Order: sequence, then C-alpha cells, then structure tokens
Amino acid sequence: MTIRRRDFLSLAGAAAFTGALPWPARGADSMYDLDRFGNARILHMTDTHAQLLPVYFREPSVNLGIGAMAGKPPHLVGRAFLDRFGIKPDSAEAHAFTFLDFEKSAARFGRLGGFAHLKTLIDRLRGEAGGGRSLLLDGGDLWQGSGLSNTMQGADMVEAANLLGIEAMTGHWEFTYGEKALRSNLARFKGEFLAQNVFLTEEAAFNDAKAFDPASGRVFKPATIKEIGDHRVGVIGQAFPYVPIAHPKRFTPDWTFGIRDDELQKLVDTLRSNDKVDAVVLLSHNGMDVDLKLASRVTGIDVILGGHTHDAVPQPIPVTNAGGTTLVTNAGSSGKFLGVLDLEIAKGKVADIRYRLLPVFSELLKPDPAMAALIGKMREPHAAAYAARLATSDRLLYRRGNFGGTVDQLICDALRGEFDAEVALSPGFRWGNSVLPGQPVTMEDVLSETAIAYPETYVLSMTGSQIKDILEDVCDNLFNADPYYQQGGDMVRVGGLAYACSPTEAAGRRISDLKLGDGRSLEAGKSYKVAGWASVNEQQGVPVWDVFAKHLRSGKMPAQRGSGVTLKGVDDNPGIAGQG
Amino acid sequence: MTKTNDRLALPRRVILQGVASVALVGLGKIASGAAPAFAAANDKYPEEAFKQKTVDDAIKLLYGKTAEKSDKVRLDAPEIAENGAVVPISASSTLDGVTSLAFLVAENPNALVASYRIPAGTMPSVANRIKMAKTSNVIVVVEAGGKLFSASKEVKVTVGGCGG
Repeated sequence: MTIRRRDFLSLAGAAAFTGALPWPARGADSMYDLDRFGNARILHMTDTHAQLLPVYFREPSVNLGIGAMAGKPPHLVGRAFLDRFGIKPDSAEAHAFTFLDFEKSAARFGRLGGFAHLKTLIDRLRGEAGGGRSLLLDGGDLWQGSGLSNTMQGADMVEAANLLGIEAMTGHWEFTYGEKALRSNLARFKGEFLAQNVFLTEEAAFNDAKAFDPASGRVFKPATIKEIGDHRVGVIGQAFPYVPIAHPKRFTPDWTFGIRDDELQKLVDTLRSNDKVDAVVLLSHNGMDVDLKLASRVTGIDVILGGHTHDAVPQPIPVTNAGGTTLVTNAGSSGKFLGVLDLEIAKGKVADIRYRLLPVFSELLKPDPAMAALIGKMREPHAAAYAARLATSDRLLYRRGNFGGTVDQLICDALRGEFDAEVALSPGFRWGNSVLPGQPVTMEDVLSETAIAYPETYVLSMTGSQIKDILEDVCDNLFNADPYYQQGGDMVRVGGLAYACSPTEAAGRRISDLKLGDGRSLEAGKSYKVAGWASVNEQQGVPVWDVFAKHLRSGKMPAQRGSGVTLKGVDDNPGIAGQG
Repeated sequence: MTKTNDRLALPRRVILQGVASVALVGLGKIASGAAPAFAAANDKYPEEAFKQKTVDDAIKLLYGKTAEKSDKVRLDAPEIAENGAVVPISASSTLDGVTSLAFLVAENPNALVASYRIPAGTMPSVANRIKMAKTSNVIVVVEAGGKLFSASKEVKVTVGGCGG
C-alpha cells in the first residue's frame, strides 16, 4: 500500500485537540514528536489481543451508553466522538479513533499497530524520557486473539513482551489457558503479573493451593513499587473481575475474582502511608464504565490506566471523589494505540499530568528489526497454513459494535449451514480484525476472529423462551445502568433471528418481537435447533474456525443484511450512528 | 477467605458451608473452642419464619417488627455471583448490643436463608454461603437494643459467557 505522506502532514498543524488536557502542538515532521513534560513517563498498552502484525480494525458505529453513561465518553461514535475530542474530520486521527469512511481511510492511512512498530515507538519514547525515568505497562489480553497465541497458549506473546520490555501486566484472557499454562508463561515473563482482585476460593485455601500471600489468599502479587528518578510510583494490578463468569469456570476452579473496592482501598492506603509512594496508578482490566465508577468510590489513585472495553479515548476523564480527583483512561485495542502518561511527580503527590493516546500508524514507523525477526521466527512453522486464502471479501468485514458486524453474520451463516440449525448464536467479542473489500480472507483472518481456548461448536434444542432469556441475560451484562453489574463484551450475535431491543429498559424487559428468518414469530413454548460456539459449558463439537473456514471456501457472503436488531428508545443517543 | 475469618481467627472449617444453613449458633462459642451450643429452650427454631415467601413476612414472623436501613450494618456480597449455588456473603455491624442477625434473599422461594443469635460480648460478624436461583436483593437484618436495622445489595445471577 502506498501511503500518501501529505495526508499526514496536512493535519499536523491544524489538529486542534481541545479539552481539559490538550493534545500538544506537533511539529510537521512527525506525529510522534511530543513536547517534553514532567519527570516520569508511563507507557500503557492494552488489549492487543496478540496482534503481532499491523491490522485493520474498524472502531464501532454503535457503542451505546445508558442512564448516567449516555452521551459520555466512551459512549460516543463517529462525528459525536470527533466533536467531543476536537479531532479534525478526514484526519489520520479520525481514522484511528472512529469508523468514519473506514474503507477509504484505511486505504489512505494503512494498517495500525504491530509489535515491531510498537517497539520502535516505545523505544523512542523511553529514550526521550531518559534512563530510569519510564515504565512500560500492559493492561492484559496480551496473550490471546491470534492462531499463533492460541496454539502456543500465549508463550509467543511472553517472548514479544520480554523483547518489548513490559515491566508489569495484569490479565483477562490470560486466565483462559488455565493455571498451569499461566504459571509456565509467568515463569518466563521478565516483568511482574499484578492482580489485587484474585483470591483463592475457601476450598483451595483450605487445601493449601499456591498463593502469593497465603494469609490474605491473594493468588498474585497485588502491586509493585517502581523507582522513577527520585520518586516512587505504586502500580496496582486489577485483573478482569468476572473471569469465572464470562468464561468456563473449569479454567480457574481455585480462584475467585470480583471488583473488590475495599481491598483496593486498603492497598492504596498502605502504599501511601506505609510505603510512602509519591504516585499511585491502577493498571486495570475492569472496563471503562467500571473504572469511572470505581474512581468515584476509591480515593488516592492518581490515574487509572484502563482496558477491557476496547475504548480508544484520546483524553483522560477526570472523576472527583472524597480524596480528590482520579483520571481515567482507556487505550483501545489490537495494538492500534499507545498511551503516553507524562507525570510531574513531587514529594508525595503528582503535581501535573499530560496524557496522549498515540495511534500506532505502521506506515509512519520503521519496524524494529529484532522484533520483526522474533515475530518471523515464531510464525514460520505456521506461515503456510495461515496464508491459505479461503475467499475474497466482497464487502468490509468487521466485528466491533454493540449488536453485530459482518464477520459475525458470516460465522452465524456458517453455523446454521453446517448444522442445519434454525438459529445461530455467536459471542459478542470486541476483538477480531477487519478485512477490506476485495482483500483475500485467509486462515489467519479466520483465527483472529475465533482463536479461543473453548472454540467447540454446539447444537442444542432450545425453546423460544430460553432463547429470549439468553438474549435478556447478555443484554443486561451490556446495558445494566450500574456498571458494576456489567461484564463488558457486546451483545450476542444472532443468525436466523431478528428482534427488537430497548437498551434503556430494565433487565428482562429489553428484548421483544423475536422473529425467525422467514418472518414467523418465535414461540415461547416451541423448541428450535440452535447452533453456537464459545459456550461456558463444556461442548464437543468441531472448533468453530473449521466451520467458518469451510463456509468461506464455499464462497458465500452474508445472506442477511444488517444485524437483525431493531433498536428502540435510543434515537438521540450519540453512541449510535446506524445499525451495526 | 473473608475478613471476618481473619479477625476472629476462626478455623476455616467452622465457616458454615452449608447452603442456606440454618444456624442458631453462637459464633463466640465456636471461636473460643467450646462445643457449639444451641440457644436455650425458649429460643425455639423459627420454623414458620423459614416457611415465608416474602422478606417482609419472614421478618415479621422472626421479629414481629420492621427494619430500617442503617449505614452501621455492613453487607459484603459480590455484584455478580460466580456460582449461584454457593454465593459467599458476610455481614457485620458497628451497632452496640447486637443480639441477632439474619440473611434474606427476596427472590428465593423462601426468603429467609439463615438466622443467627449473637451472644453478649461477641463481635457481630458472620460469613455464610447462600443459594440463589436468580438475580435478587440480598438483605441482612440486625437486631440491636431491641430495634431492627438492615442493609441490602443486589446480587446478579447470570448464565455467563460472551465476555469480551
């Protein structure tokens, strides 16, 4: 792809980022020349989902906020997003942060992310900060999301993380490889794995299961203290709080999770009063809405570096609490972004802060040769299999969005076709790359949409009433007015089914007007043949990637247009710009 | 492990692990190592209270009065249950003169799940596991100085899956 250099240059002088914490003025020579500020620099990456190579990833056109969250970051899409953050339409940033003109802009600005490109950017930013004055943190979902990481159970990403220089991380999908693989990876990880909110179950503690701190039952080290210059920074890890609920509990039978505000508050207080840290940072995999609520309840945290919900938010959101103000960030997904937190730390406090979320444009960064070589070496045994061309896309393929995308339409079509099912269900994951129209769809693309530790397909007989209950249950995980009751993730995708959804309604009252593909109403008492994958219950079917690949080889593009969902009561919500 | 557990230095096995445990047991007695002693004969098993469907009816039969919300009653429960069949909850109170404590689940077939008598001089702090079929408010009622106080929290029971 030919990058048109002037597309980047044209915006450099004009990019007016407004708000409480303005994006710095940039020189015309590079997007990555940052004004020097402060005495400590923390770099934050999160939810890369094992994307070692640069990707296309379309941001959502539907990311609804409900109740107090309506219309507030991160629940803004398209033009509303650009307006809120002062981003120029048609700019490189507009492409990185929004779905607008995605196909056209993708051709202009190229792919984002890639670990060799990230490595170049990270080294440059750390070099500028000076020796001993920077930290590199990863917010989790580092080890899952590609065929390679799934085959190697994350071991590839540990190698990449070590070369990148990640000093501390927390986790989510990391847990789905199970304790043995997790511990084996952590034994080789040169950084620290932090999680204040993972404890042994009562039974596991009684049986003396392995724990970082048997007295408290904490399975992992909860926090670490890093010396930056003359100051001490406390970094606390917050793993995804709902691992045993969102994923099969068999992967983490001995561990119990949760948000654990009270334990977190004690930890912050101890770091401040006993360990005399000058700054406290929470490296969180809560998701942005949960982090915003947490920031209003827990005092003493300077900045929450957030992930999980894949929200690329250009500016931190300040939240006031009884002890002062906490800034909340979220750094997007798939390696597209790198958060740069520059701190002016004084004795016992953070005097000032600058934050930028830099899009990682692969066309603007020279790949680091050592990282490129490592990636090449690890991919080599699988390269031929991954390159297998299954189809050519006749449209933009993407997943991200509250209700559906073209990738999941294809997966649902595949499941219904393979198993002759009336209805298909596919999980609303927020990872999964985009494929431009006319591009080949390869086995690697298929795996980037499906590579999980529980890929088995299933076929079940469910009543109409059971199907509705599932939709209601997942919908509440997405739209509960209290973010502590949300799990993140998007709505389960449906094939062969259409329904109406009222996100602002109470739990159990959001889903209505369920109809089968042929227009017949779904009957509560009647049984239907349902196919799906990624069940939290153990299943025996063939892995979904085989079903998906077979369907693609047949050359069929989606039969159904749109997600099959009619939304109600969200007409004026700036978190929606068309169905999707 | 719970904070309650640490503070009272209870051996882990005395935590009542039974689902919907009915316990008219003095925790102080257990902590001191004495055999669990059931309360005196006049404190007979509140059979009728345990049969009630609603929270209000159960409280009425157990105590004969209504409870008011208090920030001196603390209820610890997960926002979302990892397993609805064994939901760990605990409660404590900073009120003086606590004589009993009860847990109720509004949406369970029978609302009252456990009732404890707290002997004088005992720290009013109880950990318990309860069974929940569906999302519900969980309520703890504390009797202190002859009056009733309560705290509640919604605990969500979900089919799970589909996480991002």
